[in-house]
Amino acid sequence: MIPELGHFALWLAAALALVQLIGGEVELRRKDDDAALRLLVPAAIGQALLCTGAFGALIWAFTVSDFSVLLVASHSHTEKPLLYKLTGAWANHEGSMLLWVTVLALFGLAAAARATGPGGRFRVRLIQTMGAIALGFYAYLLVSSNPFLRLDPAPVEGRGLNPLLQDPGLAFHPPLLYLGYVGMSATFAFAVAALLERQVTPAWGRAVRPWVLAAWSFLTAGIMLGSFWAYYELGWGGWWFWDPVENASLMPWLAATALFHSVGVLAARGALKNWTILLAVLAFSLSMVGTFIVRSGLLTSVHAFAVDPERGLFLLILLGIYVGGALILYALRASTVNEGARFRFVSREGALVVNNLILSAILGVVFIGTLYPVALEAISGERVSVGPPYYETALLPLIFVLLVLMAAGPFLKWRLADLRAVGARLLPAFVTAAVLALVAVLFGLRGVLAALGVAVAGWLGAASLLIVLGPRARRLSLSATGTALAHFGVAVTALGIAASAAGSIERTYPLAPGETARIADFEIRLDAVEPWAGPNYTSVRGLVSAAYDGNSELLAPERRAFVNPMQVTTETDILVRPSGNLYAVLGDGDGEGRWQVRLHWQPLVALIWIGGLIAAGGGVVAAFAGGKRRARERREAAA
Amino acid sequence: MIRRLAVILPLAAFLLFVVIAIRGLDSDPSRPIESGMVGQPVPDFELEGLNDANPGLAASDLRQGTVTLVNLFGSWCLPCRVEAPQLERLAASGAVVHAVAIRDETQDVEEFLAEYGDPFSRIGMDPRGRMQIEFGATGVPETYLIDGDGVIRAQWIGEIRPENVEEILARMEALQ
Amino acid sequence: MKPKSQRLFLIGAAVAALIISALLAMPALREGAAYFYAPADLAAADVEPGQPLRLGGLVEEGSVMRLPDGVTTTFRVTDRLESVPVRYSGIVPDLFREGQGVIADGRLQADGTFAAETLLAKHDENYMPPEVAEAVARAEAEAKARPAN
Repeated sequence: MIPELGHFALWLAAALALVQLIGGEVELRRKDDDAALRLLVPAAIGQALLCTGAFGALIWAFTVSDFSVLLVASHSHTEKPLLYKLTGAWANHEGSMLLWVTVLALFGLAAAARATGPGGRFRVRLIQTMGAIALGFYAYLLVSSNPFLRLDPAPVEGRGLNPLLQDPGLAFHPPLLYLGYVGMSATFAFAVAALLERQVTPAWGRAVRPWVLAAWSFLTAGIMLGSFWAYYELGWGGWWFWDPVENASLMPWLAATALFHSVGVLAARGALKNWTILLAVLAFSLSMVGTFIVRSGLLTSVHAFAVDPERGLFLLILLGIYVGGALILYALRASTVNEGARFRFVSREGALVVNNLILSAILGVVFIGTLYPVALEAISGERVSVGPPYYETALLPLIFVLLVLMAAGPFLKWRLADLRAVGARLLPAFVTAAVLALVAVLFGLRGVLAALGVAVAGWLGAASLLIVLGPRARRLSLSATGTALAHFGVAVTALGIAASAAGSIERTYPLAPGETARIADFEIRLDAVEPWAGPNYTSVRGLVSAAYDGNSELLAPERRAFVNPMQVTTETDILVRPSGNLYAVLGDGDGEGRWQVRLHWQPLVALIWIGGLIAAGGGVVAAFAGGKRRARERREAAA
Repeated sequence: MIRRLAVILPLAAFLLFVVIAIRGLDSDPSRPIESGMVGQPVPDFELEGLNDANPGLAASDLRQGTVTLVNLFGSWCLPCRVEAPQLERLAASGAVVHAVAIRDETQDVEEFLAEYGDPFSRIGMDPRGRMQIEFGATGVPETYLIDGDGVIRAQWIGEIRPENVEEILARMEALQ
Repeated sequence: MKPKSQRLFLIGAAVAALIISALLAMPALREGAAYFYAPADLAAADVEPGQPLRLGGLVEEGSVMRLPDGVTTTFRVTDRLESVPVRYSGIVPDLFREGQGVIADGRLQADGTFAAETLLAKHDENYMPPEVAEAVARAEAEAKARPAN
């Protein structure tokens, strides 16, 4: 019964989305903005409530293990811990698409209730566009991916959830990522509404800025969580694989990063109008292209997803309607947008143009690398895979220049900057960079690239700290604080990447219990290998002691055998120390008492994720900037 | 002029992407791939039975002059449950249906048969999924039609649906 | 800056971004892109040793051996037409089994052995990696075309 209610709620929500689209149009033709808002705001709210209700119904079906629902039968099992019954609801195609539209509807609710913008007509267009986007996804869900499909007769037991997905990190990775992806839809709707109403103005820039920043922060946190999951769950010791699925989340992130920097220029100086609009369209398009790539099976990925070409075609049609429509609108309207304000090269806005230039180039490289295999196969039928060596050679110089310049950006004044004064203020950062690189080399860091990486991380980190701790810190705006924090986070991540890439040591030893081995400063000893039983798996557990500086810690890497479905997974165990992580993986036994133990010492690797979270925090802080002004604008709009 | 071009460029790039994507979808790699074994004699094999009381399945069982069906299934496989009633109907209509249990345990298979019915004449246990490769199957379930001389004549990928039953019986009739 | 020259500058900057990314991408793509080969392709193609490539097929039954050093595994990857010896140092993936699909990234050695740097075994029970399924299907089609022996 409850699944049917959920299904019904989904249809009703789709109907309300249709009301948003058509009702908005009718009222705008009558030139009655207020009547339109009286209709559209409740429709958007109702749509969000219904869709959330539908998602709740699916969660309920998973919680009580209702195997008469096909989706539950295929992805759940009674013996699964409750947490993974819940998260099983979105750890599959249909459920994750339902989560996607739910997030979309909630963003629609927020946009309807909170968004400001230039004029009443603009708000109507905004809510209308959000409704139009939601409508397409409801159609997709109801026609080709209905999560509430019944199974008759109902099996007594479900098929179980892929054990790799039974992990707290992965349980919360998709919702965060979706908050980011779908947040871009709000930005997209802002851009479409601005083009339709010819309102590409600084006021528009100020209105859209918190949305971009919020979506960007979610996306950053989501990507970081996904990377961390891959690091400790896949058992390879890597944290980024340049896999299509990962690139699919990286590309909208790059576009969004470029976007909120150029929105800043638009809001403050009224320049870069067309470019900003194009980026807003692009950020959402890339989110959709990402979903399309992942869900259509166009590219094969280490993150296995069930694929279905029919669904791929449906998604491609949606993509064509939204992105194609927005780009046609852009082509028609962009040349009518009035010229932006003039600016000089040596200024804050000039630096932000360079930022956008480099970010676009990075985006281009990632895009080419991701799509090249698809294009090549479509043209010549050859199969090819593009891996880390490509991305590393192509991206390293770009990222290096970006990091060097982004330290100086926040020190430049709008309109015209005095480079000599900026240089003087940045001198401490330069000294820090040099000292840090020197210390790293003294501590045994090898390689020019690694030393450069540490130096540039020190340079950026110190420059960002100078802003927060410097003489002008007292008068610092929220926006500048957020910027400094986010830049500092990037520096921390860069330090983690440089140090772990340069200093990482990997060894695999065949050890019999009692035997010892060495890695970095650790004396490793395999104490024992013992059987172990978990709630829905059995496992073989290695007890590995790692001795260093007179201390000793115990690591317990496992090989787990799940029964439903039958699968073996490797559970790594990680010893986290301030100086780095010791990563241990248990491999096969050779049947004669020896076990493979893989050890991985990665100095400062944890900084990669810590930096990412700091950066996301910076985004949140910056999103709150200008809140007072927006509240005043809302009051004035209401009055 | 340059400006006009710059404005249309994104649209053109997107269209290019759509064209490539459509071609990519067209040559979709995940489509079911038919076994190249259709038309070939069954490979030689000999599989253990479920337990001592039940005989296993060997290639020679498929060369006895009668048309047979071989169903590759697993007790862990959900679509296999869905197709169980169709296999029952086939057996009830007089078709000889053999089975290969892929990567399975005796006890699980017994429970599966008790739950979903046992239309099979012989069941071979294939704990390592070898037959999947020998028959050129890409997944489970798959069903093969084998003539009296042991030559594979047809293959059904995925579960047997109710609408397939008549077709299968007709083809078996024609071969007999 | 004058309006016109600013516009030109911005468009020029965008074009520069495109050109920079293309310039960086193209050589890297030539170096770093690994072509996919099935064992039969590899036997037919004239592949330079040391070039990165991706080998896919099935792990041949009975071919998996652990060398005495305890960490190196050797096996053969087959598409039922040809088979290629592979050597891999490290822990094999969870789903690595004889008779199952495998994708190995690595380089061909001068002696004809494939030195794998990463192994990807992907076998969700109802699923075989598409490259592998396709390679095997193609090999079978060719086997069928040959006179029966």
